[in-house]
Amino acid sequence: MDSSLFFGISTMAYILAMIVYITFVAFRKQQIGITATAITITGFLAQTSAIILRWNEFAGLSGLGIWKSAPLTNLYESLIFFVWCLILGYLIIEFKFKNRSFGAFVTPIAGLALAFIDLSGVSKEIQPLVPALKSNWLLAHVTMSFIAYAAFSISFSTGLMYLIMTTEKRTESSYIFWTLTFGIFSVILVLMSIDFLAFKVKVRPDVFVKSYLFKTTFLNPSMFVKTLSWILSLAALFLIWRFGSVLRTIITKFHVTAEMLDEITYKSIAVGFPIFTLGGLIFGAIWADQAWGVYWSWDPKETWSLITWFIYAFYLHGRMIRGWKGKKVAVVAVIGFMAVIFTYLGVNLLLSGLHAYGSA
Amino acid sequence: MEQEKNKTIVDRIWDFLASVKLAIIIFALISLTSIVGTVLEQKGDPAQNMEILAKLFGQSLAPSLYSIFFTLGFMDMYHAWWFIGLLIMFSINISICSLDRLPGIWKLVREPIAPVSEEKLKKFQINREIVLKGNPEKVRDTVSAAIKNIRFRFMETREENGYQFYSQKGNYSRLGVYITHFSILIILIGAIIGLRFGFSGFLNLPEGAVSGVAFSGKDREIPLDFEIRCDNFEVTFYGKSDMPKEYKSWLTVIKDGKEVLKKSITVNDPLTFGGITFYQSSYGLVPNSGGKGIFILNAVSSDGKASALNLRFGETFQIPGTDITGRIIDFSPALRIDEHGHTFTYANQMNNPSVLIDFTEGGKNKLTGWILKRYPETWHLPGGHRVEFLDYWGVEFTGLQVRKDPGVWVVYFGCIAMSVGLFVAFFMSHRKIWVKLVEDKNTTRVLIGATSNKNRAAFERKIDTVIASLNKKPEGGK
Repeated sequence: MDSSLFFGISTMAYILAMIVYITFVAFRKQQIGITATAITITGFLAQTSAIILRWNEFAGLSGLGIWKSAPLTNLYESLIFFVWCLILGYLIIEFKFKNRSFGAFVTPIAGLALAFIDLSGVSKEIQPLVPALKSNWLLAHVTMSFIAYAAFSISFSTGLMYLIMTTEKRTESSYIFWTLTFGIFSVILVLMSIDFLAFKVKVRPDVFVKSYLFKTTFLNPSMFVKTLSWILSLAALFLIWRFGSVLRTIITKFHVTAEMLDEITYKSIAVGFPIFTLGGLIFGAIWADQAWGVYWSWDPKETWSLITWFIYAFYLHGRMIRGWKGKKVAVVAVIGFMAVIFTYLGVNLLLSGLHAYGSA
Repeated sequence: MEQEKNKTIVDRIWDFLASVKLAIIIFALISLTSIVGTVLEQKGDPAQNMEILAKLFGQSLAPSLYSIFFTLGFMDMYHAWWFIGLLIMFSINISICSLDRLPGIWKLVREPIAPVSEEKLKKFQINREIVLKGNPEKVRDTVSAAIKNIRFRFMETREENGYQFYSQKGNYSRLGVYITHFSILIILIGAIIGLRFGFSGFLNLPEGAVSGVAFSGKDREIPLDFEIRCDNFEVTFYGKSDMPKEYKSWLTVIKDGKEVLKKSITVNDPLTFGGITFYQSSYGLVPNSGGKGIFILNAVSSDGKASALNLRFGETFQIPGTDITGRIIDFSPALRIDEHGHTFTYANQMNNPSVLIDFTEGGKNKLTGWILKRYPETWHLPGGHRVEFLDYWGVEFTGLQVRKDPGVWVVYFGCIAMSVGLFVAFFMSHRKIWVKLVEDKNTTRVLIGATSNKNRAAFERKIDTVIASLNKKPEGGK
């Protein structure tokens, strides 16, 4: 059996779950909610089997033994693992807080990540390990980093929901902040979906595409389409700002309280932060020390993870010492996750450095 | 406000240095300047940075922006005085704010727990009340057994109309955040020790060569108090691709003329001797070495007679037991054959070392063919003879990163302290609990009051299970 079949199933399941969760939020029918959960669990099980199979395939290929063969060696595999952690974290929250509404906010992140894999043209091949990655630290460093990233993305979702719930005035800065963030996020999601559909229809699978991201819209060769995409995107941002209160009305109908959202945001950061510090920063430094003889070299990835660390440290200090609650810290939580995305993807795609495995 | 005015200058400076506001400003400054540092290539080529700036801000602005950034030291910002200044401010802020809060926290940590009045007990974050049948004497054992289940070491006092149990746990967990703060200082101290008493250099050591020095910067020599020799260097590849599988150097440490240590190193597995560590970091061909190396071949005749050969360019050899002689007439570090059958060299590295050998038998030319090190199928000759191409030695150098860092253990210690501190700070909490039994006619009121500095909900759930278990007891049932 092939891991790619199971990966395909899980991708479809998560994208379907995203649609069903959003439908559930709109109509609030119990059966729809149960369906959404069932689809998510199916996707999760399929993905778990896929990861195990790939691990096994990789171990067979590299001949390095199980612990050095974790399928976490390139952008594709790390994105898959990130989605897996995210869904696991979400399912835990769904069962613990007995509330499905977060699904509508978490599954789009999973869907976005999976669509990104297809569109950006990252290689799905099992690649042999370059010498620097042959280390016992690989497993610890990468898994812990991604568990932390998943925790941070949950805090992003709940932080954003908190802001949606608690802001009323359109002129309020936190209202503008969330409509803008939510707007950009939705616009990217929609544009990537268009790319995804166009990609599936137009591009023959045997043609190698380096990146198809935004080719149907912002990066379209036609000036007209390009301009139109900008106009429509800006119009969407404006509409979300103008009618953001609709979303607020929907969320207030959930059985969630603002306090609960604030608590989940805090808790996921309180779990993510120590794991990120230990796995992402400390283990990364030890590994760099073993491989290159420098534990800290101000490489862009290192620097960006430090920036991310500072933002979450700021969140924690703001909340614990200053007693900031609510909007102020929710904004920080949302910004923190943007830094996470940049640390993870932006650095690999835009800046050069030692963590170059994303550029392929 | 009145108090503010009475503060001395020293107090105000202290307050400023201890403030969270300052911490936020420093966080922000370090982050924002670092963003610039990740965009501009550090210690990079000026033309490249100019190009980056032109791409971001346009051709016309780029030169003036470049000179501004250059003057401000952004081309090597992590070593600029102001960035180091920020790190120092960060350390001062973290120390002062910790010291500022420590006495208060220490008092909380050391404060013994004491019985409280009913009025006060009812004001705690968590409080519960249930009524059990029977007088306090009767209820006492049931209650103490139930609360023992939550693993607190309870103290007990007799009160005028009942009893009081009280206990606290995890008081030292309040120090977790300070362990974390001080661990940052330890890490920075470790880094300073490394910079002050260590060095970081490199050494490109050709196969067979010996060196007693490493280099730092352009040509600055760092003497080692021993010598290091590269016996061999080898890259292996995955299958027939050019994707490197492993870089490996065989090194020997020589001290006072004696070989004291031999070790092969790979990436992630360095060699350490006398506090100095050698890391496998790069490799390459020694310039102008073409034709100067030694070809290590093994000639095997069809009937199995073998002879190990070390040859130089142009030298001849004989396949044992035959009158076939071979002569090395050409070499390529990386040979490829194009669609017309022509050979060409496709890389400057030893990706696919190959030798062209001219074979003659009894003076007559018999065969001229390429023998490729990575393709054993090219080793076979007509007639069942074989020429194995094992290595072309002496033309490659291994690129070693050479480092001495006496501070690294301090840094590691700081990392451990930070992990411990974070664990304590996030996953442990200071919990206090008071249980009061008050006689009320023929029943006993059981009052529970508790506080927790973190994760109150979990503690609350625990207390609720105690109450649930009390309600089930025969004395209970209201």
